Amino acid sequence: MSSFTLLVTSAPYSGQSAYSAYRFAVAAVESTHLIKGIFFYQGGALNGSELQLIPSNEFNLHQAWKQLSAEHNIPLMVCVSAATKRGITNAQDAGDTDQIHHSLSPEFQSVGLGDLAILLADSDRLVQF
Amino acid sequence: MALAMSNFGQDVSLFFIEDGVLQLVKGQTPDTIQHKAYYKTFAALGFYDINNIYVCQQSILERNIEVTDLLIPVTLIEPDQLTALMSESAQVMVF
Repeated sequence: MSSFTLLVTSAPYSGQSAYSAYRFAVAAVESTHLIKGIFFYQGGALNGSELQLIPSNEFNLHQAWKQLSAEHNIPLMVCVSAATKRGITNAQDAGDTDQIHHSLSPEFQSVGLGDLAILLADSDRLVQF
Repeated sequence: MALAMSNFGQDVSLFFIEDGVLQLVKGQTPDTIQHKAYYKTFAALGFYDINNIYVCQQSILERNIEVTDLLIPVTLIEPDQLTALMSESAQVMVF
């Protein structure tokens, strides 16, 4: 059994990468490997947006991330600087900066790069998508 | 990212390859296109104990850049050394 951290730097629906990250995570847990955490950075932070409206006949990646996280107890972490500059803010940060709306799903944690370092120290491998 | 990882006790090596080498070139004036002077951060790498800074010799050659055109002291490497050096790292991130 190996332990993995996934680094997702790709936005959803702008290529296959974010979806591939999800498929990798599913394959890993099905093979009894451990996913220590999934860290969303750069454009990947957009995966955390709760405001995505996906046509019902298309795969809903956002929903899939949340389900995977809940079923296998995998933390979903979004880099706060990468996210906020892309309009992905949690309720707290939106309130603090007098924004009317927030967009980060509560299932995603808003964290710093230090949390990625902690995940890495605890994982056998890092896989970037 | 390198600074954050080093802050949390990771040994960091940096590799500049292909167009990435352009980040290290002296004489940048990012303010003329309303961009942050990101290149100034490179001077801080030493303070964060990041001393393994590798630049692909072929990449700077192809772009007509001399090592004296670079902002910080670096170690030049050949493309075939790249894979060997990278394999010494437990984890690799690409930007």
